[in-house]
Amino acid sequence: MDILTYPDDRLKQISAEVENLDDEILHFIRELEATRQQGPGAVGIAAPQVGVEKRIAIVDVSNTRKPCDNHGHMIMINPEISEWDGMVMGREGCLSVPDFTGNVIRAEKIKLNYLDEQGKAHEIESSGFEARAIQHELDHLDGLLFLDRLVSRRTDLFKRKVYK
Amino acid sequence: MKWSVLTLVGADQQGIVAAVSNILFEAGCQLAEASMMRLGGNFAIMLRVRHGTDQDIAALLAPVTRSMNLHLHLDEDVAAAVHHIEPDVHITVYGADRAGIVAQVTGVLAEAGLNIIDLETAVGGESDRPIYIMSIEGNAKLGIDKLASALQSLGDDIEVNLTPIDTLRG
Repeated sequence: MDILTYPDDRLKQISAEVENLDDEILHFIRELEATRQQGPGAVGIAAPQVGVEKRIAIVDVSNTRKPCDNHGHMIMINPEISEWDGMVMGREGCLSVPDFTGNVIRAEKIKLNYLDEQGKAHEIESSGFEARAIQHELDHLDGLLFLDRLVSRRTDLFKRKVYK
Repeated sequence: MKWSVLTLVGADQQGIVAAVSNILFEAGCQLAEASMMRLGGNFAIMLRVRHGTDQDIAALLAPVTRSMNLHLHLDEDVAAAVHHIEPDVHITVYGADRAGIVAQVTGVLAEAGLNIIDLETAVGGESDRPIYIMSIEGNAKLGIDKLASALQSLGDDIEVNLTPIDTLRG
């Protein structure tokens, strides 16, 4: 499938809940995953990025250059974040916003509910890079891009490692 | 049409950006990347502008450079249409102000393979005991470990923090 890129109005819509996990949806999820894997190093993708306004997102940070805590490959249907904790700044880019990255503040830890592709309910806690990826993808379901959350380079909330 | 790099510097005053950009817009020019900021009591503008090959940007902006007393400099854009280089490391430096901080730090970093993409510095603190603060984003061509160990060679009077930037692609 083709990735929509901003400015495309379809990226700014609020997506609808998935009501039935039927074959059509399962087929779409496989296509969405294939599309993510075509994107250069994309750790996630959300249905609205291919023009389907349904609350479906995929996140997988298990293969990043720098290893981080993760829940493996996650297919999230009707996901909802129930708790946010801490703030951390990080750099983000997006398949739907080529050739630009910017700094975004996200919650460091989140609690999240979602259904997997079998319809099984999950409640997980996620932190760090995975939590950032989840927040980034779930924003797409509400018509938000990381561009909506950009902060100046001067806003300095990087976590520091002191070498001296 | 061609791209040029335009630099404007003058005493800071309200309305510089609006005046400059409005003239360029009215003349059919188009702006791209820009960096504009107050430097001490000055205001400095650096921007890429696309304009007609026969358009004289200095003459076009003469009304505003004269009335606002701005110095203008125009260079041909030698690197048009390049993609962004993404930083993979962020370095902050601070300490009691003294001559040579920038030279020393950037010298060590250049040697260790850092390509600076963005650098900002400020002087703060009390006027009789100023401190110097520098923030650098760059691309570690020889790896971040090399930068980290190179920074250890710096004196104890400046604090240096290095943070890798792991860009998320979603």
